Amino acid sequence: MSRFGTYLFLGAVALFLLLPLIVVLGVSVNEKQSLTFPPEGFSLVWYGQIFTDPEWRSALFNSLILASGSAILAISIALPLSWFLWRWYAPWANIFRLLGVAPFILPPVITALGFLTFWATSGFYGEPWTAIVSHGIFFVTLPLVTTTLGFTSIDKSVVEAASTLGASEMTTFRTVIFPLILPYVISGFAFTFVLSLNEYIVAYMSVGFTMETLPIKIFNALRYGYTPTMASVSFLFVAVAALIFAVVARFGDLPKLLGNHSGEDVK
Amino acid sequence: MSGPAPQSVKDYGPLLYPALMLLVFFAIPFGIMIAVSFFQRDPAGFYSVDFVFSNYERFISSFFGKVLSFSIALAVLVSIICTVISFPFTYLLTRLKRRTQVYWLVGILSVLSLSEVIIGFSWSSLFSKTAGLTNILVSLGIMDSPTSLYPSFGAVLTAMVYQALPYTILVLYPSLARFDSSYLEAAKTMGASPVRAFMNVMVPVQRNTLIATLIMVFVFALGSYLLPQILGRPQHWTLSVLITDQAIYQSNMPFAAAMAVFLVLISLALIGLTLLVGREEKVKT
Repeated sequence: MSRFGTYLFLGAVALFLLLPLIVVLGVSVNEKQSLTFPPEGFSLVWYGQIFTDPEWRSALFNSLILASGSAILAISIALPLSWFLWRWYAPWANIFRLLGVAPFILPPVITALGFLTFWATSGFYGEPWTAIVSHGIFFVTLPLVTTTLGFTSIDKSVVEAASTLGASEMTTFRTVIFPLILPYVISGFAFTFVLSLNEYIVAYMSVGFTMETLPIKIFNALRYGYTPTMASVSFLFVAVAALIFAVVARFGDLPKLLGNHSGEDVK
Repeated sequence: MSGPAPQSVKDYGPLLYPALMLLVFFAIPFGIMIAVSFFQRDPAGFYSVDFVFSNYERFISSFFGKVLSFSIALAVLVSIICTVISFPFTYLLTRLKRRTQVYWLVGILSVLSLSEVIIGFSWSSLFSKTAGLTNILVSLGIMDSPTSLYPSFGAVLTAMVYQALPYTILVLYPSLARFDSSYLEAAKTMGASPVRAFMNVMVPVQRNTLIATLIMVFVFALGSYLLPQILGRPQHWTLSVLITDQAIYQSNMPFAAAMAVFLVLISLALIGLTLLVGREEKVKT
């Protein structure tokens, strides 16, 4: 393809991906309570409303607690599992890796229904903490993949050197291994946090009738007519996601995390 | 890379907690869901314990057949469109400078993580009468008056392509980043046009990647449940919508579970197929 054609094609894809976001941004700064684009007037009042309106604010807090809680839970499951699979040769234990990856590959409605039947059967249906457990399990794939990648990129001779010098298993983990995989743990946390913030169906089927997260709140609001606050929340979410991924890219190797192992530019 | 086999029971210690969590909160819910698919509906509560096949028998109805074939056709269409766009796109992306790639990847990940609710809301604005694309066409003088473009099949399809496109790109990214472009150089040296070199060299070499991507994106698109509701009419509802509808609004959990089990079987069969394709590739090289 000619150079011009290449840029035209890349530009067209970029436009397609950005188009809805541009409209959402435009709608969110409307002065009056109407969804018009191009916006009429300019006002940030709809951004303020996320924090001043008690319903939106409580949905925001619920979402933040859910996202951080489930990210911590997902890491607490993924880290020992991927460490064990790296440290020891135990092929049968890969069944747990499979269990960890499955919810992410199957259509989400399946995992959601699985949790709904589980919480209904166990009698905990509607308890706010069930959402944290559901998301923690649903997204365990992400830290599992990043930490597995982190462990495989550790040079084993470094670990051997530590144990030759007399470090115990625990000391080696704390002083050698953990600092090396910390960036991968953080990116696993970041991915889980952002996706949990945006997730709808699993949260809805676990706690939809007792607690509102932001996506649930937006969907409920959609049914009763549109307000520009929905647009401002949506744009805020995109901005937060972009910021978090940019931070991950700043402190880690994003192309490598996503499977590009070539290391340098390819011609 | 793996170390020696565990020496004693103590070495299995770290595995205990993750294994327990995954068994209790994933394997058991899954098992309960399968069990519930054989139970009876209880209008007062969630279900009553039984062993019947009636939930599965309901599949043999023209309504269910229609929803199933529509869901599959829609997912196939989304998967083909996304792969056709993403394959050349991702190839070009992997040839950019690594720094530039990072910017693209941040953007692609941000769109990928967008909630389906937000995607549905944004596209419904884009297709609306007051804030939509037609307003731009009117101001350019191409159209006379703005109109609403949804609910319609086209709206559902566009939004689902939007949702699946970043996923497709990231599925293709690792294999295309590995691709050695000297193949293409050779073809060009021998006089093939860039497009022809791409079609005749790149596509056959990456055949297995393409098949695996098509299947992965198909399974991903099967999972879409909100976009058909927000942007489509009831005849555009998919199996995922129907499962949610039965579980939550019709409170018929056993039937919802039976449909979910069916969806799992379709997905697992297809994922198994991609693993087979992958294995074949490994044997060959």
